[in-house]
Amino acid sequence: MQTNFSYTIWIPLVLLASFLVVGLFGDKLRPRLSGLISTVVILFGAVLSYWTAFQYFLVNGKADGVYQTIVAADYEWLRFYDTLAIKMGVLLDPISIMMLVVVTTISSMVHIYSFGYMKGEKGFERFYAFLSLFSFSMIGLVIATNLFQMYIFWELVGVSSFLLIGFYYEKPSAVAASKKAFIVTRFADFGFLVGILLLSYFTKTFDFQELMQPDNAAIAEMAGLSFMGMSVLTLALVLIFMGGAGKSAMFPLHIWLPDAMEGPTPVSALIHAATMVVAGVYLVARLFGLYALHAPDALSVVAAVGAFTSLFAAVIALTQTDIKRVLAFSTMSQIGYMMLALGVSRYGGTEGLGYTASMFHLFTHAMFKGLLFLGAGAIIHAVHSNEMTDMGGLRKYLPITHVTFLIAALAISGIPPFSGFFSKDIILSAAYEHHPVYFWTGWAVAGLTAFYMFRLYFSIFWGENREYEHKPHEAPFSMSFALIFLGIMSAVVGFIPFSKYVSSDLMPYETHLHMNVAVLSVVVAVIGIVVAAVMYMKPGGAADKVVKAVPGLYKLSLHKFYIDEIYLFVTHKIIFNYISRPIAWFDRNVVDGSMNGMAWVTNKVSNKIKGLQSGQLQQYAFVMIAGMVGLALFVLYWASR
Amino acid sequence: MIEGIGVTDFIVVATIMFFVGVYGFIVRKNLITILMSVELILNSVNINFVAFNKYLYPDLLQGYMISLFVIGIAAAEAAVAIAIILNVYRKLQGIDVEHVDTMKY
Repeated sequence: MQTNFSYTIWIPLVLLASFLVVGLFGDKLRPRLSGLISTVVILFGAVLSYWTAFQYFLVNGKADGVYQTIVAADYEWLRFYDTLAIKMGVLLDPISIMMLVVVTTISSMVHIYSFGYMKGEKGFERFYAFLSLFSFSMIGLVIATNLFQMYIFWELVGVSSFLLIGFYYEKPSAVAASKKAFIVTRFADFGFLVGILLLSYFTKTFDFQELMQPDNAAIAEMAGLSFMGMSVLTLALVLIFMGGAGKSAMFPLHIWLPDAMEGPTPVSALIHAATMVVAGVYLVARLFGLYALHAPDALSVVAAVGAFTSLFAAVIALTQTDIKRVLAFSTMSQIGYMMLALGVSRYGGTEGLGYTASMFHLFTHAMFKGLLFLGAGAIIHAVHSNEMTDMGGLRKYLPITHVTFLIAALAISGIPPFSGFFSKDIILSAAYEHHPVYFWTGWAVAGLTAFYMFRLYFSIFWGENREYEHKPHEAPFSMSFALIFLGIMSAVVGFIPFSKYVSSDLMPYETHLHMNVAVLSVVVAVIGIVVAAVMYMKPGGAADKVVKAVPGLYKLSLHKFYIDEIYLFVTHKIIFNYISRPIAWFDRNVVDGSMNGMAWVTNKVSNKIKGLQSGQLQQYAFVMIAGMVGLALFVLYWASR
Repeated sequence: MIEGIGVTDFIVVATIMFFVGVYGFIVRKNLITILMSVELILNSVNINFVAFNKYLYPDLLQGYMISLFVIGIAAAEAAVAIAIILNVYRKLQGIDVEHVDTMKY
């Protein structure tokens, strides 16, 4: 029998209520009370999500061994006319429930953590209001029943991200970063919107379930129509992927993510590591049936972009010295992994291994990357600096942070038995079966990941023993609680048999560890760790020599391959000078000029002729009669001819 | 028929009256005199109507009727004009038409 899942609608609604209450009345409440309201609400949401997951996966989500797609609620929100109405609803299937769990878990931990981290900050209640807004929008996004609802919440998470990056709005760099994030993602969302419109123009629907129907005639027609050498469907899906790439910081739309680290660290953990940035992956996964069955070309694009970004970001992460930026590039690299996994996947059964892998990695990554960021927050809290060069020997001062950070670093490096090992292993197996180039790229990235994570780890917790002006102190309980919780999660979630729950065609299947792949990836990870240990564990390690050996490469990586500079060059030098300026000139001189010219002529002429209106009645009468007489003479003369 | 008087005689009289009226309208400065000039113009028109009706269509009445209308309208116009003149007098302490130019542009 079917369980009634309609209570899931309360998860986003209570969060919205919490945002409204804390946002509107936050300044009247005591700051800690508004924080408490938000936290209680998100914990309530988390409990509901866990209950939903339990009911769905373990009790009765399945019918005949296949997971059902359940529409728990569907309301008509905006009706334009009979055939065009926008609905809001709750769609439950394995990936949306998994995302519910991820979002509410990380969000709860961040809420709790922020009690310690944000203590005494100006705008404490504003911070919590924005966190509630973000959680609400993210949940609305993952449970969307149709593309348009997803798009609306997609923009809402963009707004919350903007607000939270710019939380320290008195700091110019934070303001610039928030604008940058908003503009870059908006630019990408333009592609998303065009993709949605293309898709819905042909299919006449936004609804995911209707779109996914295997015998959808409109989809087949779209796949048949070709435009500039691509089928229209491929074009639409590539455009939608562009939106996803913007949100998920894929090359070349990644430039906003490193700067987004200007926001408070818990925000980076929640939005820019665990949840919002994987929305792009989720979007592709949500439409995976379309990608895999009708437009494999679009999937190749996804795979190529994902693979390239993962390598590119990993190389940049090698040399960054701001610990949050290392983590940001690491996030990009790991999301590239997820995209790669989706791109190499095909539909159905074990062919869909990449799909499962991608979702699995999304899940484990949320745990360990959230933990890494929260750990970084604890370190920054203790040392009052983001720079790796200001740290060293911290393991004695911050024991809890040290252990949890180590767990997360081992997990992301793919060392068994931590969670990252399992998800990375199936990603690499999926890539291996698809194309060796993707496999070796992924393999190399695994090595680089291990290296830069342990470079970070050793430089922070080992390295030279510094004298600190203020003795660094372990984080307060609220912060260490979140660290410990996520530490446990990072260690154990790898043992979840994910393919039993999440698969491209909703049918559970078995996966096994791919022994060759596992051995290769562990070997490369260990090599990375050992190299990092040699270079950074002892003060005055081999690091400087390596830098001197390849100065060109080092500079290239340190400056993030000059992508920001290229963007600036293109926008300022080329677009501003050669496009914007001529247009501005045309606007000012031709468009405005013609309007101003007309007004000027009218003004002058009226000044000249206003003397005619003298107010002298008799003058008027004289002119009129003279005119009449003149006219009469003219007509008589004319008539007589 | 009126013996010895042709339609031309009426037209001559009416034309003289009309241009006298126009002359007065343009030249005189006193608003009352201007009003009188307007009456002259109207009445010259009336003469034309009546004369043409008599000489061209003796069996019809339109010309007479129109002139009656004109007389009625002239009465109304005189009433309105005198009301305006009174107000102008109150406002400007005089009825010289050259001073009534405050409504220009």
